[in-house]
Amino acid sequence: MAERILMIALSPTMEAGTIVSWHKSEGESVSQGDLLCEVETDKAVMDYESLNEGTLLKILVPEGGRAKVGEAIALVGTPGEEVSEQLGEAGKKEAAPEGRAPAVPPVGTQAPPLAAQAQLRQAGRAKASPLARKLAAQRQIDLGGLSGSGPEGRIVMRDVLGSGGPAPARGPAPARGPAPARGPAPARGPAPARGPVPVQPAAGAVKAPAPPPASGDVLLPLSSKRRVIAQRLSESKLNAPHYYLRADVAADLILAAREQLNRGRAEKVSFNSFLLKFAAEALKRHPRLNSSWEGEAIRLRGSIDIGLAVAQEDGLITPVVRDCGSKGILAIEAELKDMVERARSGRLAPAEYTGAGFTISNLGSYGILDFTAIINPPGAAILAVGRVRRVPEVDEQDQIRIRSVMILTLSCDHRVVDGAVGAAFMRDLKQMLEDPVKVLY
Amino acid sequence: MSPSHDYDLVILGAGPGGYVSAIRASQLGLKAAVIEKDKPGGVCLNIGCIPSKALIHQAEVFRSLGELKEMGISADLSGFSYQKVFAKSRRAAETLSKGVSYLLKKNKVELIGGRGVIVSPQEVEVNGGKISGRFLLVATGSRPKEIPGIPCDEKQVLTSTGALMLESLPKSLCILGGGAIGVEFAHLMNAFGVEVHLVEMMDQILPLEDGEAVQVLAASFRKRGIGIYTGTRATGVEKKGGLLSIGLEGKEGKSSLQVEKLLVVVGRAPNTEGIGLEKVGVKLERGFVAVGDYYQTSVPGIFAVGDVLATPMLAHVASKQGEIAAEHMAGGKPRPRLDLRAIPAAVYCEPQLASFGLTEAEAKREGLQYKSFVFPYRGAGKSVAMSRPEGLVKLLMDAGSHEILGAHVVGAEATELIHELLLAKSAELLPEDLAAMIHAHPTLSEAVMEAARGLEGWAIHV
Repeated sequence: MAERILMIALSPTMEAGTIVSWHKSEGESVSQGDLLCEVETDKAVMDYESLNEGTLLKILVPEGGRAKVGEAIALVGTPGEEVSEQLGEAGKKEAAPEGRAPAVPPVGTQAPPLAAQAQLRQAGRAKASPLARKLAAQRQIDLGGLSGSGPEGRIVMRDVLGSGGPAPARGPAPARGPAPARGPAPARGPAPARGPVPVQPAAGAVKAPAPPPASGDVLLPLSSKRRVIAQRLSESKLNAPHYYLRADVAADLILAAREQLNRGRAEKVSFNSFLLKFAAEALKRHPRLNSSWEGEAIRLRGSIDIGLAVAQEDGLITPVVRDCGSKGILAIEAELKDMVERARSGRLAPAEYTGAGFTISNLGSYGILDFTAIINPPGAAILAVGRVRRVPEVDEQDQIRIRSVMILTLSCDHRVVDGAVGAAFMRDLKQMLEDPVKVLY
Repeated sequence: MSPSHDYDLVILGAGPGGYVSAIRASQLGLKAAVIEKDKPGGVCLNIGCIPSKALIHQAEVFRSLGELKEMGISADLSGFSYQKVFAKSRRAAETLSKGVSYLLKKNKVELIGGRGVIVSPQEVEVNGGKISGRFLLVATGSRPKEIPGIPCDEKQVLTSTGALMLESLPKSLCILGGGAIGVEFAHLMNAFGVEVHLVEMMDQILPLEDGEAVQVLAASFRKRGIGIYTGTRATGVEKKGGLLSIGLEGKEGKSSLQVEKLLVVVGRAPNTEGIGLEKVGVKLERGFVAVGDYYQTSVPGIFAVGDVLATPMLAHVASKQGEIAAEHMAGGKPRPRLDLRAIPAAVYCEPQLASFGLTEAEAKREGLQYKSFVFPYRGAGKSVAMSRPEGLVKLLMDAGSHEILGAHVVGAEATELIHELLLAKSAELLPEDLAAMIHAHPTLSEAVMEAARGLEGWAIHV
């Protein structure tokens, strides 16, 4: 394979050179150390001695031609070798436009993007200066929850202290100016080496240290739960391209069905159980909504495991009912009831709150009309349920009737669920909820 | 380069602020020009840091005569010529000034000889013509301050400029001003056999340095016969038959000194007059340029660095500020201002003194919970082996977080040793990190390690 002879930096500052004269011609043999050509640089005309052995197959940059350091100027090899491929490559290089000054090198320190910071955390040990570590330990601040503003995203003191300024709050800089002049006698200034150091930022040159926190502020150290919520939901929002589908669902029939079921029962079945069951039925018909993005593949889940978002004192958790597709509403209710109670007091086992392929979040009891939820990994969709409200409606006979309606909003991960796929799921879910008998077919 | 301007950046002054900023700007792709009315390198290279350090080095060589004598060598001083010492200092200054010219050329920065005056936010008038820049940078430096009533003729009454240009030694010298420059001259002149009187208005020479460190230096000076008068000021100067009579007033009352020459080193004044600042609207405060983040002045596009600002008048401060301004102009994101608590101060007399951060007095004044430890140089074997046992390393840390608050080193090579401590401070390392690191034996740096260990409660060699 023919070797490309590149223009080399004949002096430390050389960026490009002009071939003044070739001392070898095409077809001539070349030994190491032979003078190949003379190159004119910004400083002087220099000899380019060959580093290769062989035959000079092709001169790519003729006398008078210019080449940047690193560009090919000739091909050396054995006679008869195929050079066209090399020529193509070399040609491309020559065709590249001669750029201006080199690209502006990165300057200053910038915190790396969010993804890199997430990687630092995932490495299991946050990068922090020894001082920052000590301060964090003293104040029981979890380093993993902080983002670093130091070099390479390192967590430094100011990140731990939470102040935006470069120096910790320590009160004004000490007065260093000259002692006041005494009377008319010649005043002598301060020691010359340091010069006056201003006390106030009025001089403009010194930034005043960050002010002490305003009264009333409370700094909450991060619990592991908060850290996990922050990390997982940020990742979900960042990585999954969310889109949202809203549907207004007429709830009269489903509410009636629930009322009928609960007639005579001491323990009422919750509306959420109905939502889980109907969602499961819709997922049976649209398995794509019960899947996970796994980077190189999409996992269609075999079991319909649905999580229900439950509020806790300082966070939220999603107890998961497994295999909703095979369970009736009563079974789902029994499981939910038990888990929700334990969820509220933080007594769920990890196996009970992880791995939901689909999640439902119901804020109707808070009076929320509708909302968009963040997909709960590893799922690819989440259903946000708003409150049931009474609205007037005009029917086919132009009569005004009062109906119950609620807004469902489905968030989908577009990597997995395309718009029409999500919409089809919502259409079927809506139809089943509006006419529960449809579940049977 | 913007086609509508001659340059991206036009700088007034080729001192450590101006030339460093120019080179940094050029590295980042900006086309820069520097206007300098004198020699490149500014005061620092030509009539400040460099020639003074060259003289000090030769003073040290001269002082080693004492040690040579101890070896049984007697020296013939009859041929001694201070003129030669002076000439060497000029050669050092010239070499480095040429070096700055070369660096500017290498980085394709245009060096324009002349006196520039800003006429608009993007134009400077020089040598009868106008040049334009997207950004302007004021780096015109400072000049020695004089005491009203004591005019300097640079023959008998000198400023630092005249003192560095002396071609022969006076028999006696009174120095008004006990800051770093006064202290260095006191050392230098005394080394060559001049009778030196050092007068300082504040309670200690080097008033901004830590008292404990300064005490070591003052004691050393006194032992050498340098007269130190603290809490004292000059009341007047009279010429009396070829000599100067200096009236002094101190704690013990009035007195007077008869000396051949007087050196006035009471501070430096910023060169902010006559360069067009007021006309173009650049805000000044007490003669200094008012600046915000990235050393931007009140006029957008005009920046200022170095001695024209009310920050410490040090070459490395000017250079750092110049770098920050240049990086900002090039669109980068440097830290907006340098950390005033991470600036090393250095005094090059013997013993040397170097420091950064808080003195103990300042820590007390601020009501901080701090811990301090002093490790004597003598505890580091190298100092004894090289016959320089006097000195100390003093460290202060925050009692709670162990943050390094300040460091003060007095002794041989203090100005080099300070950097290990400064690096620890800048990188937010703790004294325990310094204490744990292996330091080569025998070195003076071991004193740094031991001072850190002392803070942690386990210094071994004291």
